Amino acid sequence: MSLQLDFPAVLERWPSFLAGAALTLELAFFATVLGALLGTVAAVGRGTHNALIAGACKVYVETIRNTPLLVQIFLVYFGLASLGLKYSAFTVAVAALTINVGAYTAEIMRAGFEAIPRGQIEAAEGLALSRLQIYWHIILLPAIEKVYPALTSQFVLLMLASSVCSQISAEELTAVANYIQSDTYRAFETYIIVAVLYVILSLVMRAGFWGLGLLLFPRRRRLGTPL
Amino acid sequence: MGGHLNINHLMFLGQGALWTIGLSLIALIGGGIVGFAIALARISPLKTVRIASGVYVQLIQGTPLLVILFLGYFGLAAIGLKVSPLVAAGASLTLYVAAYLGEIWRGCIQSVPKPQWEAGEGLALSRTQRMMKVILPQAIRIATPPTVGFMVQIIKNTSLASVVGFVELMRSGQIVNNSLFEPFAIYAIIAVTYFAMCYPLSLFSQRLERRMGRGGSNLAPA
Repeated sequence: MSLQLDFPAVLERWPSFLAGAALTLELAFFATVLGALLGTVAAVGRGTHNALIAGACKVYVETIRNTPLLVQIFLVYFGLASLGLKYSAFTVAVAALTINVGAYTAEIMRAGFEAIPRGQIEAAEGLALSRLQIYWHIILLPAIEKVYPALTSQFVLLMLASSVCSQISAEELTAVANYIQSDTYRAFETYIIVAVLYVILSLVMRAGFWGLGLLLFPRRRRLGTPL
Repeated sequence: MGGHLNINHLMFLGQGALWTIGLSLIALIGGGIVGFAIALARISPLKTVRIASGVYVQLIQGTPLLVILFLGYFGLAAIGLKVSPLVAAGASLTLYVAAYLGEIWRGCIQSVPKPQWEAGEGLALSRTQRMMKVILPQAIRIATPPTVGFMVQIIKNTSLASVVGFVELMRSGQIVNNSLFEPFAIYAIIAVTYFAMCYPLSLFSQRLERRMGRGGSNLAPA
C-alpha cells in the first residue's frame, strides 16, 4: 500500500480550522480570567484562620488536582443536566475549565503568598497601612509578580487541555478536527495540521503573556528580575 | 432502563481501574526510558542533538495529548498502519511523558552544583564516568519528588485513552453508563477511584519534597 498524503484537500477547510482555533482561544480566555479569580480567592481562603473555610479550600484544591479533567467535565455536564439546568456546551466547558484551573492557580498563588517575607508585612503595619492596603500592595501584587511565570505556563497548559471539551461537543479546534477527519477520511493530515495550530496558539499565548508581563511589572523590565 | 448498579458493574469498573494502572506503568516506563535519553540529549555537547531534542520537547509540549492520541490511532490507521488501542495509547503516552520527564530530569541534572563536574574532570574521569558516578547519583535524589508528582499527571492523563476505545477506568465507566444511564453517580464513583489512586502519590511527593528541603543543606554547596 502506497502512502499518499494530501494536505491541500484538508487545508481547503481552513475557515473551519480558524473558527475552531478562535473558539479554543475564547474558552482559554474566559477560563483563565475566571480561574485566576477563583484560584486567588481559594488561596486566600486556605490561608485564613477560619478552619472551616481553610478546610473547604483545601478539599477543593486536592480533589480537583487528583482527578482527571475529563471526569470533571462529565460531572459538570451531567451534574447540571440532572439538576434540570440546561446550558450550552460552551458554558459548561468554561465552567469546568474554570473549576479545574482555579485549583492549580490556588496552589501557585499560595506558594507566592508564602514567599512574601514576614518583615515586609510587619514594616507595612509599622507604617500604619490599612489591612486592605497591606493585602493589595504588600501581599497580592508582589506575590503575583513572583509566580507570574508559573501562572502563565499553567494558563498555556489550560489552553491545550481545553481540547478535552471536544468530548462534550463544544465546537473548539479538536472537535472541528474530529468532524473534518470523519468527513474527508484524511485523519493523519487533519491531526498534523491541528497539532501545528496548537503549537502556534501556545507560542502566541506565551508571547502575549511575556508582553503583558513587561507592561504589568515595570520593575521586572528594569531589573530583569522579579523584586 | 438497564436496572441498578450491581456487583458485576463494579467488577467491570475494577478491571478498568487495573488497566488504568497498567497503562500508567507502560507510560511511566516507556516515557522514562525515552525521557532519560531526551534529558541527556538536551545537555549534549553536540549542538545539533541539543537543538533536535529541544524542538521535540517544544512540539510535544505545545500539542494537547488528545491530539497526539488521535494522531496515533486514527492518523496512523489512515496512512495504512493499523494499530490496536493499547499500542496507540501506550505509544502516544510514551512520547508525551518523555517530553515532560525529559525536561524535569534535565533541570535536575543541571541543578547538581557545577564544581562537581569540575572536580570529576580534575580527577580525569571521562564524560560517561562523570555522568554515571558523580552527577546522576546526586541528580536522582533531586529528581525523586517531582517524578513522583508527575506520576499523578500520568495517571490522570491515561483517562484520555478512553477516546480511542481503550477500556481503562474512564471508558469502562462510560460503558457501564451506557447500560444504566446514571451518569452523575457513575462518574462520581470514577472520580473517587482516580482520587484514591492519585492522592497517596501526591502526599508522598509532598513528603519527599519536605524531607529534601530539610536534608538539602548537606547537598548544596556552601
